Amino acid sequence: MKVIRIDRGEGKFREGLKLLQNSYVAFGPLKEDREVYNFKILGDKTPDLNIQNTYLSPKGIVFPQSEVMLKYTLDETKEDCNLMKEAEKDKKPKAVFGIRPCDAASFLIAKRNFDTADYKDPYWISSYEATTFAGLACNEPCSTCFCKSAGYGPFNEEGLDLLFVDFNSYFLIKVLTPKGEELMKKANWQNVVDSDKALADILSKKTSCEDKFTTSIATSNLKSKTILELYNAPFWEEESFACLNCGTCTFVCPTCWCFDIQDENCGCDGVRMKNWDSCMFPLFTLHGTGHNPRGNKQQRVRQRFMHKLKYYLDKYDKGIQCVGCGRCVRLCPVNIDIRRISEKMNGYKACN
Amino acid sequence: MQNPYLPYPVRIAEIITETEDKNLKTFKFTFLKKEDEENFKYRSGQFSELSVTGKGEIPIGIASSPTEKGFLKFTVNKVGLVSSHLHTMKVGDIMGIRGPMGNSYPWDILEGKNVVIIGGGFAFTTLRSSIIYMLNPENRPKFKEINVIYGARTPGMLLYKEELASWEKRDDIKMHITVDAANDPNWKYNVGFVPTITEKKAPPADKDTYAIICGPPIMIKFTQPVLDKLGYTHDHIIMSLENRMKCGIGMCGRCNIGKEFVCKDGPVFTLAELNKTPKEY
Amino acid sequence: MLEYTKKIREIAERLLKEGKVDMVIGFRKGTLPMINEPHFVKRAEDVNELYWDTFCAVNLANYLTDRKERIAIVAKGCDSRNIVNHIIENKVKKDKIVVIGVPCKGMLGRRKIALAAGGSEILEVIDGAKVTIKSKAGVKEVDRKDVTQDNCIICTHRNPVIYDELVAEKVEEQKNVDRYEDVKKIEAMSVQEKNEYFDTLLSTCIRCYACRNACPLCYCPTCFVDESKPQWVGKSIEETDIKTFHFLRAYHCAGRCTDCGSCERVCPMNIKMRVLTKKLEKDCFDQFGWEAGLSLTERPPLDTYKPNDPQDFIK
Repeated sequence: MKVIRIDRGEGKFREGLKLLQNSYVAFGPLKEDREVYNFKILGDKTPDLNIQNTYLSPKGIVFPQSEVMLKYTLDETKEDCNLMKEAEKDKKPKAVFGIRPCDAASFLIAKRNFDTADYKDPYWISSYEATTFAGLACNEPCSTCFCKSAGYGPFNEEGLDLLFVDFNSYFLIKVLTPKGEELMKKANWQNVVDSDKALADILSKKTSCEDKFTTSIATSNLKSKTILELYNAPFWEEESFACLNCGTCTFVCPTCWCFDIQDENCGCDGVRMKNWDSCMFPLFTLHGTGHNPRGNKQQRVRQRFMHKLKYYLDKYDKGIQCVGCGRCVRLCPVNIDIRRISEKMNGYKACN
Repeated sequence: MQNPYLPYPVRIAEIITETEDKNLKTFKFTFLKKEDEENFKYRSGQFSELSVTGKGEIPIGIASSPTEKGFLKFTVNKVGLVSSHLHTMKVGDIMGIRGPMGNSYPWDILEGKNVVIIGGGFAFTTLRSSIIYMLNPENRPKFKEINVIYGARTPGMLLYKEELASWEKRDDIKMHITVDAANDPNWKYNVGFVPTITEKKAPPADKDTYAIICGPPIMIKFTQPVLDKLGYTHDHIIMSLENRMKCGIGMCGRCNIGKEFVCKDGPVFTLAELNKTPKEY
Repeated sequence: MLEYTKKIREIAERLLKEGKVDMVIGFRKGTLPMINEPHFVKRAEDVNELYWDTFCAVNLANYLTDRKERIAIVAKGCDSRNIVNHIIENKVKKDKIVVIGVPCKGMLGRRKIALAAGGSEILEVIDGAKVTIKSKAGVKEVDRKDVTQDNCIICTHRNPVIYDELVAEKVEEQKNVDRYEDVKKIEAMSVQEKNEYFDTLLSTCIRCYACRNACPLCYCPTCFVDESKPQWVGKSIEETDIKTFHFLRAYHCAGRCTDCGSCERVCPMNIKMRVLTKKLEKDCFDQFGWEAGLSLTERPPLDTYKPNDPQDFIK
């Protein structure tokens, strides 16, 4: 394992970030107006590395909230009228700087949905493949972080190309993939250090962070219960009562991937686009006939948690569809808490 | 990487108004490119996304049979934005088709078996495809007895009337056409709801007899107990579901029943399978 | 606040035991600091789940819409005004509702507290004459008015306008409040300035519709943004569509909005959209002398016609 050191004071760090702009569209956490923190194109700005979890997860870098897929003309005088064509896509490599390990892992979860044996979503996949993930390990968890119990962790490397570990005056960087190696070259961050010593230092940081977790998610019994047992459990009425059926939890979630397809016309030109959608919205499942299989709030709330904590688990056998970033817990306007619901599901026993 | 969202361009070759209320039309499409037609290999029971440029897409069961070459047929009910617009389109218009999608009826299992087709209203489309497929001279020997119970509200609401009449004349398929109420004094077939006719006409259950049901929820609700009574086991009852869909390839997330996607893992399930999933359809 | 909680539980227990209501709608204690969860209790033995503190800001009238049960509902001044709205708009029947009134000195704003703590994670907040904020960075005391929710600072109806029970003595109403300082500032802007102001205001919107869904007024079976035949508004995050949504929603609330602040409170992206509803509130006040949700007998100005209604808009 190659480990590289960057001293923060020497300007090497900022210089590297500047160099990266030649080869990548670089993203990093930045503060916007009104105290909203999100991943933005950095340009000449320095990423704010004190930000732990941004409001929106960085999923939008690979999977934008609105994305044009196809284009067409409705102009009947044109030969290609009504014919769908692929829209041009910006294929420039992207680098996400300061992505947290939970968010990086979330892409692997979504990948199982978009990159399958039968079908491949070219928009998601090409964007994902063009992106280098330069992660930043968490030295201290937030009080709502439960990545460790979700199956990941503050120093988790899955889904990352580089792992930056912050030692205040310097970073130690684990180079995890050839893509990561390439980025380090482009940024001219090449100060290779003795890896045994460095890895030991990183490990002690990791252990120290892991000891500070104050919260967790209970999932141990989910696998052994049947879908219908959990689906028919009595607690859904109470747990869904407060829900507003807004899209906050699904939009801020790094692992929620549901989308809508819409045609939008402007004069004679038009595009077929993907937009994020949400299982919280009644329209999501509304039939043309007016029938709605998930027509009430309780059904929609249950769908969201059953999907994350049971359907995904059963379908892929790769854990739950949650990386424990805690965004939905913090941003839900009415305090619907996935930890509480998972505890109810995990502890539920149907009486026969 | 093949783009599963990009429709094949097609031309409307023929439009047939099927029912007296004019809400059901059958569209016959031909591919603009020969190679697309060759790529579009399907089985009865699969569906496609019909793409109306500038309006959107709708998932519709394929009504033509893979044994019918050179075109695709879809029968579309006028309900929403896209289907309403499609109903205003004319022969010669260009649009798109994505597919085929979904799993189809289980033809490998049905081979060598008795098949009972039970359909109601406008959900007869993939059943038509199946009948044409099974009646094809090459395929007919592969199946034992074929029974078809098909009902609509009135004689004028039946789909594919000419074909129904021609099947009635054959001796290798037993037709049991019915209407809820006949307003036509010359009506010479059954009168009664599909569950009632099923009880009277469906062959007894055995391990070599499979029922395929497709119809409105109310018909399914009352037919299922009849099949139970006749002794059909739930793994011998095959159903095709509908749900709101967008992508048709198991990605956009809306059509799931439990962990299965109706668009990709379905739309065809046995009742035994459905008994294990939430009834969110 | 402990007394409030105690009193709410007492009243709820009595009402449920006497069989006067089928359920009590209130709050239960949140799993995080600075937020509580709307909650119902149907059995007298569960009333200890109910809870009250100064982070019960979400408008509970929203949870009454179209419910058929006999319900007791905990209501601050603003909530009670929305219950009045619901009654005159036939969304609930007055004789099915028992209002447990909560005199209110203003809810605390969680974002203001987070800012006061310098962005450090909040561990606990204790409300009192001064507000004590315990965060990872340490303990800090701030003036209550500095961390009170914006809409509460200018509230002139802190006491419930209708109630069947009251959990405490009424509080003093605030007098001589200028409710429209911010609106007047925008009114004075040039067209271009206004454009820029609204561009910035709505730039972070993600169209989650939390503002709409938290609003007791937004109960249309199909909201105009969800309508598909015809589709009035595009579905992407194009700024015209976003603005159309926010502006039109505000218009739908004209003469009905009680400035409960739920829309701002629930916005995950900190958008201050109350300026939109307040502008219409101000217009209704200036033109018709109308304040929403105060009267069970008077019809709101936009669903009545009077010969002396102002007609300046006819040009």
